[in-house]
Amino acid sequence: MNRGLVIDFRLDAHSGVAPYLQIVQQVRQALLLGLLTEGDQLPTVKQVVAKVAINPNTVLKAYRELEHEGLAAPKPGVGTFITRSLSQASLAEQEPLRQDLVAWLARARAAGLTDAGIQALFHNTFRNTAEEDR
Amino acid sequence: MTAIVEAHALGKRYGQRQALSECTLDIPSGHVVGLVGPNGAGKSTLLKLACGMLTPTTGSVTVLGSRPGAGPEQVARVGFVAQDTPVYPGLSVADHLKLGARLNPRWDQAFAAQRIESLGLDPAQKAGRLSGGQRAQLALTVATGKRPDLLILDEPVASLDPLARRDFLRHLMEGVAEQGTSVILSSHLISDLERVCDYVIVLAAGRVRLAGEVEELTGDHHRIVCSRRDPDTLPPGLDLVHAEHTERQSTFLVRSAAPVPAGDWAVEPVGLEDLVLTYMERAVASGDRSTAQNPETTR
Repeated sequence: MNRGLVIDFRLDAHSGVAPYLQIVQQVRQALLLGLLTEGDQLPTVKQVVAKVAINPNTVLKAYRELEHEGLAAPKPGVGTFITRSLSQASLAEQEPLRQDLVAWLARARAAGLTDAGIQALFHNTFRNTAEEDR
Repeated sequence: MTAIVEAHALGKRYGQRQALSECTLDIPSGHVVGLVGPNGAGKSTLLKLACGMLTPTTGSVTVLGSRPGAGPEQVARVGFVAQDTPVYPGLSVADHLKLGARLNPRWDQAFAAQRIESLGLDPAQKAGRLSGGQRAQLALTVATGKRPDLLILDEPVASLDPLARRDFLRHLMEGVAEQGTSVILSSHLISDLERVCDYVIVLAAGRVRLAGEVEELTGDHHRIVCSRRDPDTLPPGLDLVHAEHTERQSTFLVRSAAPVPAGDWAVEPVGLEDLVLTYMERAVASGDRSTAQNPETTR
């Protein structure tokens, strides 16, 4: 079954994450895990909706987001292809950010914030800045 | 592009009972539209007005730019599957396709036959002996085989088990992806609608309570949780949809295109299901159920 399909998508209706973002995250995750590499074709919109029963526009939006992030590019009349591998190099790019976060977490704990408090602060700030960026 | 449905102050009265009133809509094409509302909200009435099986008492409606049921050309462009996906029990599956070919100028026999095959249906089988899920798939095949620009489905999955439901929606979405068909479907299953719909209409007691693109609606609504306070003390520019208070806490559902400013409150996003239910509850709470008798019992 599903020969020729490199990856499958799944949708969690109760995750609170927008369906198109779930697809984007699953592609990113597949890239990080090495399941997808440069040149791979993503499932066509028709394949995805026939499998997952979601709105085709959701898939299109996810693929556009991946294009915007420079992870994929469309070949007209053929489909959408992965243009970049998320190899260890990009993980290395994340290292300074991770170190910032570790330092920030240490400051938050020193200031007396509990784990729950830290999470609430992060989520609220994350959401607010994400909305401002929209 | 032409709107799928454009309605102005559309109303329908059955004798004394006002089933639909002051319904104004402008749904852009290329959408999968979910129509939700309690029983007796007027969903079936609205869908039947859109496909020309009913005529309005007041106001006007155009579908794909023309009056519903205006002529053969308009009828060919709109596919309709009534509640409980009716088929002719005495006719075989193949007979249904023959009928479809006779009655529809744009009928696509190759597509319909291929679809029956991929569903594993026996063309010689009498439709009356099909399971609920198979019957729904047959009705959908006949409706999509006519290659409509707009497909109107009245609670197509209501009587199906979860597996058949998912199967039905998969095939429906495949058609949307392939043909670019616009779809309007009514359902009580908001989780299904959340997957497949990108536009939603909430109908309660014969009136439109909320209509718009799902992403816009969920993006524009926010839940504010804070210590108990009067809604007047919230920042200006927020449209209050719903307020709930306990002894110490207040929970507000507000509408605002701009993000809610930071303050001594928590702001949470609102999912489609909560949003839809809040608007339905609000309609019920406002005592606006005068017209909400149950026409479903009269069918």
